[in-house]
Amino acid sequence: MEMLTQAWMLVVQGDPHLMQIIGLSLYVSLTASFLAAVIGIPLGAALAIWSFPMRGVLVVLSTSFLALPPVVVGLSVYLLLSRAGPLGELGLLFTPTAMIIAQTILITPIILALTREAVLPLRREYDALLLSVEAGGWLKLRTLIWDARYGVVTALLAGIGRALAEVGAVIMVGGNIDGVTRVMTTTIALETSKGNLELALALGTVLLTIAITINASIHLVSLFGRRYEVTR
Amino acid sequence: MIRITVVLLSLMLAQMAHAGDKFITLASTTSTQNSGLFGVILPQFTAQTGIDVHVIAVGTGQALRIGRNGDADVLLVHHRPSENKFVAEGYGIDRLDVMYNDFVIVGPKSDPAKIANSKNVVEAFTKIAKSKSLFASRGDDSGTNKKELEIWAQAGINPTGSWYMQTGSGMGATLNLSRIKDSYTMTDRGTWITFGNKGDLVRLYSGDPGLFNPYGVILINPARHPQTKVKLARIFEEWLVSDIGQKAISDFRIEGQQAFCPNAKNTTSAVKDKEACPAETK
Repeated sequence: MEMLTQAWMLVVQGDPHLMQIIGLSLYVSLTASFLAAVIGIPLGAALAIWSFPMRGVLVVLSTSFLALPPVVVGLSVYLLLSRAGPLGELGLLFTPTAMIIAQTILITPIILALTREAVLPLRREYDALLLSVEAGGWLKLRTLIWDARYGVVTALLAGIGRALAEVGAVIMVGGNIDGVTRVMTTTIALETSKGNLELALALGTVLLTIAITINASIHLVSLFGRRYEVTR
Repeated sequence: MIRITVVLLSLMLAQMAHAGDKFITLASTTSTQNSGLFGVILPQFTAQTGIDVHVIAVGTGQALRIGRNGDADVLLVHHRPSENKFVAEGYGIDRLDVMYNDFVIVGPKSDPAKIANSKNVVEAFTKIAKSKSLFASRGDDSGTNKKELEIWAQAGINPTGSWYMQTGSGMGATLNLSRIKDSYTMTDRGTWITFGNKGDLVRLYSGDPGLFNPYGVILINPARHPQTKVKLARIFEEWLVSDIGQKAISDFRIEGQQAFCPNAKNTTSAVKDKEACPAETK
């Protein structure tokens, strides 16, 4: 209880060290979510709209990637970016960029699979209509993503949540360097290993609050969106 | 959408360019990091030289692996045989002694195997094995784990059975488990003093010279990994073994106790403390 107060005092007082850690958590996870959305949303929608050879294989593959343990993603990116690895020249290992790459790989399948699920029923509904106006591929994709937007937002939120909560991949490719690659989850892991269990738990409540804030604000935005639609 | 992507990508690129600043990457062990030593001595080094030190704190085995791949510039680790092998294989150069502390055996206050008055650590380990008292081993190829296995070998015991638990985790996680399981375990003194979740665990045995835990600094061989910042890394190595660096190590205290004893060659200013530095013979 005492630790809980202490940790929250750090937040309230804007402790620069903790603020830097929270800031980096948000920068890494939100950037990764954005990149994953740019890749995952159109691909997920495309998988729902068009049938082509091997589509079934792609669908199974993309959903299977949901089961990827973060440590495995971290290890793969680690070996890729290591000086001894194929992309070693870039010198990206143990940087925030490496963490963004790992998280993007981790959450793209989530956004892709959930987007596909959101678009699929709409495609069946709109098929005849889109065919009658001879909508081109690009228009079709945009129309269906827009009409499935609430499902797509849920997909995005699931991705952000996974990115913010994940520790296995970022600790591996980031190295948990104080002031450089230390984020909320790796701080919690570190404090646990130091036996500071109460502090670790208190930092967990801070992380949860951040997640609630992000989810609530996006929920509000979509709430306003729906209301606007009704009264239009 | 595309504009945001471009902005984000250029931000990432800007960060990569930023990485050109003056810093070195040090792969080291959790014991040096978690004890708070780096938090005290590294700011002094940075203030004096303008070089930032990025610490990756992992087990000794993993630190050597990071060094072998060229992903760090300098190592500070604690397992002499592995260090010598690392240098002999051409991955590292200029290994120097820096400091040491010692390992201690901790366990439940009740001490079921009665190890507290053992004559030496081999006797303590033998008593634990004979009584089949629970023992938690790191089991992660860290310096601490390697040392523990050496002691079992000296005792002529092959530790197997349900009393011998391999956690496969770091020191902190292993201590957290020992507290719950009421098991014995071996830990370095620095981690033990700072550990915040001791519960009924107490230090039961320490002081055998066989529990000596020396740390060495090694530069990554630039002939093998040309991109390593060997010049900056050498400044760090020379600072660690200089009188200034050795004094900084010696002055570091955890709850009033000296946690690491400097032992670089030609050290003049080392502050000796018999309780914390039992293996001091030089």
